[in-house]
Amino acid sequence: MADYELPEITGEDGITDVPAVQKDVMVGPGPFVSKPDFQVGMHFPSDIEKGDDGKWSLIPNWKEEALGKLDELRGRYRSLQVYLDICVKCGACTDKCHYFIGTTDAKNMPVARQDLLRKVYRRYFTFAGKYFPKLVGATDLTEEVIDDWYNYYHQCSQCRRCSVFCPYGIDTAEISMAAREILNHVGRGQKYCTEIMGKVYKIGNNLGLPEPALADTLEGLEEDIEDETGVKVLLPLDKKGADILLITPSADFFAEPHVDGLMGYAKVFHELGLDWTLSSYASEGANFGMFIGSYENMRKISLRIRKAAEDLGVKRIVFGECGHAWRVAYSFLNTLAGPFDFLDQRYPVPQHVLEITWPAIQAGKLNIDKSRNDDMTLTFHDSCNVARATNMGDKPGGQFDIPRAVIEAVCNNYVDMPMDTIHDATFCCGGGGGLLTDDLMEVRLKGAQPRMEALKHVSDNYGVTHMAAICAICKSQFTKVLPYYGFSMDQIVSVHQLVSSALILTGQVDEEDED
Amino acid sequence: MNFLGILYGVLFWVATIIIVVGVANKIRIYWKTPAPLKIPTMPAPRTQTGVVFRMFREVFFFQSLFRSDKMLWLFGILFHYGMLLVLLRHVRYFQEEVWGFIAFIQPFGKYAAFIMIVGLVALLVRRFIVDRVRYISAPSDYLMLVLLLVIAGSGALMTFVTHADVVQVKAFFIALRTFDFSMWALPGSPILLLHLTAVAFLMIIFPISKLLHAPGVFFSPTRNQVDNSREKRHVAPWAAELDAQGVEYLDQVKHK
Repeated sequence: MADYELPEITGEDGITDVPAVQKDVMVGPGPFVSKPDFQVGMHFPSDIEKGDDGKWSLIPNWKEEALGKLDELRGRYRSLQVYLDICVKCGACTDKCHYFIGTTDAKNMPVARQDLLRKVYRRYFTFAGKYFPKLVGATDLTEEVIDDWYNYYHQCSQCRRCSVFCPYGIDTAEISMAAREILNHVGRGQKYCTEIMGKVYKIGNNLGLPEPALADTLEGLEEDIEDETGVKVLLPLDKKGADILLITPSADFFAEPHVDGLMGYAKVFHELGLDWTLSSYASEGANFGMFIGSYENMRKISLRIRKAAEDLGVKRIVFGECGHAWRVAYSFLNTLAGPFDFLDQRYPVPQHVLEITWPAIQAGKLNIDKSRNDDMTLTFHDSCNVARATNMGDKPGGQFDIPRAVIEAVCNNYVDMPMDTIHDATFCCGGGGGLLTDDLMEVRLKGAQPRMEALKHVSDNYGVTHMAAICAICKSQFTKVLPYYGFSMDQIVSVHQLVSSALILTGQVDEEDED
Repeated sequence: MNFLGILYGVLFWVATIIIVVGVANKIRIYWKTPAPLKIPTMPAPRTQTGVVFRMFREVFFFQSLFRSDKMLWLFGILFHYGMLLVLLRHVRYFQEEVWGFIAFIQPFGKYAAFIMIVGLVALLVRRFIVDRVRYISAPSDYLMLVLLLVIAGSGALMTFVTHADVVQVKAFFIALRTFDFSMWALPGSPILLLHLTAVAFLMIIFPISKLLHAPGVFFSPTRNQVDNSREKRHVAPWAAELDAQGVEYLDQVKHK
């Protein structure tokens, strides 16, 4: 583990105290800059050069482009136009961001982060800013401002916690997405996101796992399940005519604990007799187009799912455990790649895998032995995008209730973290929104503090041993940061991993019973 | 008719035109700018009626602010509701025959000035002493509160200390509406003129300042959208062009 100066966690009441504001703690170059060939793949300008100091230049007419893009975006997004105008600087959001709490950097307060863009908007597009810039805090657009944007808009995970607490619902995610879209067009794309999206376009998933490798992996998983249970559970790939197309984050194919979740979905589908398949063409649930604020690229990735569904002739689309994927699926997929009138209209399009598992448990269709999870006491981390940008089932709040209901149906020991840290007040894991990259490790570690504090509280006081999540990013992020806060990396688990351990398949012979 | 009457008559007509046209223009911009994606902060209502209730709770009870910061909520409520009562009380200056309700609230509106001032002072002090709020405040953020304090303070002074000739003031405002220039006259009371100048200034800056939060909140997509994205397809006109023309990027869209 590399050394970072990390905040202390006490576990006292599970709530991190609001720190005193400090300036420029997290000032820096920001994440690695997207190279010209990655930019080309995203249809972004690419005429940038690397200087002798290792710093990438901006495109030649960057200022004109940036202001033009800002003007264009405020005409395309009502959220941006309204939110740039109406903030009253009341400060309600100032102590709500996990990155501010963890880093204490003033520019990580949501309103201060918005102001980085707002002060430029005011200078060039408002009367007060044009004629009285000092009075209203408007500033000229300079390269330093662009550097600040690049740095601080990549210290926002677009988790929307600030939006919940804003009296007008101002959503910093909307501002940071717009800022990143402007940056994309002046030569400051983010390498992590553009490189990954390039792989989706070329191969079909974020990891660049080609079809033969994927087929091989799935076969391996089938063998693992058979070894463990004696039951042949299939994980089909590109099966034409299947009923269900499963779209899941590619981390589910090999990362821990993600893969245990994938085996869980497979076992549930098997037990319910569902005819399903994965697609090698659309083997990715996550959609990084959202992170970089690019409607066009987000749509382009979403259309792959539509094409896969059409080509395979499926009747339903189901998403696996992935927070941002579920946001794009639940809230945007119909917009981006609809209408889905060729699918079976008796089911919502798309569905979350929990919307299959939970009704099946309720109907008694799954043989569950809760005691198989008795070695654990669970808590549930509401993933930010699931909690504040989506729903499940047909009632408001289903996104909180259904995962918990499933966990409690398969585990005997469950404890919630403090109310101010769950449901729609949940804290982001610290790695969302395109920040899950090693070049942003410091901000990821510090941003995890509020969640770690809440976890330590229930761990110290209620004996919680494991935290379950339904997001690939959360799972990867926690695997990495838990050890820094004195936990072990395997304390983060998938919800369907819990389902998988408690589920007894028809005909199952347990390994230990064999001899 | 006197000089002050003409001066302030013109000022108030200009201020009124600016606030009405300015705010109407902003509303037009908010209205016509599409919201291309469904982004309600969840859990969100599943019906349009539910959204009306959500917006009602935000606008009248400051629901999100209550969850966020109880102290700030209290100061905000004191200021806004104090101001609401004071404004309602002022309706009588524009009515030849005062409505029963407006007559009824006169005593409440009178003392509401103090509630408004307490709220404003608390908000101003808070802006100075909370380090996070101090950091995000521009000079205009303090001055806005000072301006409102000048308005409320000068108004309260006239109500409780040095009374202005309100009969003439009322005749002036009615004459502004009827264009009866003979009555365009104001008493030369410095406090009254300060009060009126500050009010006219507030009206003028309304459409170019953060006071836009008042009309703007109704256009906030995170608060005014229905949670029905799976049931109902939502597409902005500019995005629909991508589908219609079968292209991937907006710069490939051909404009007719």
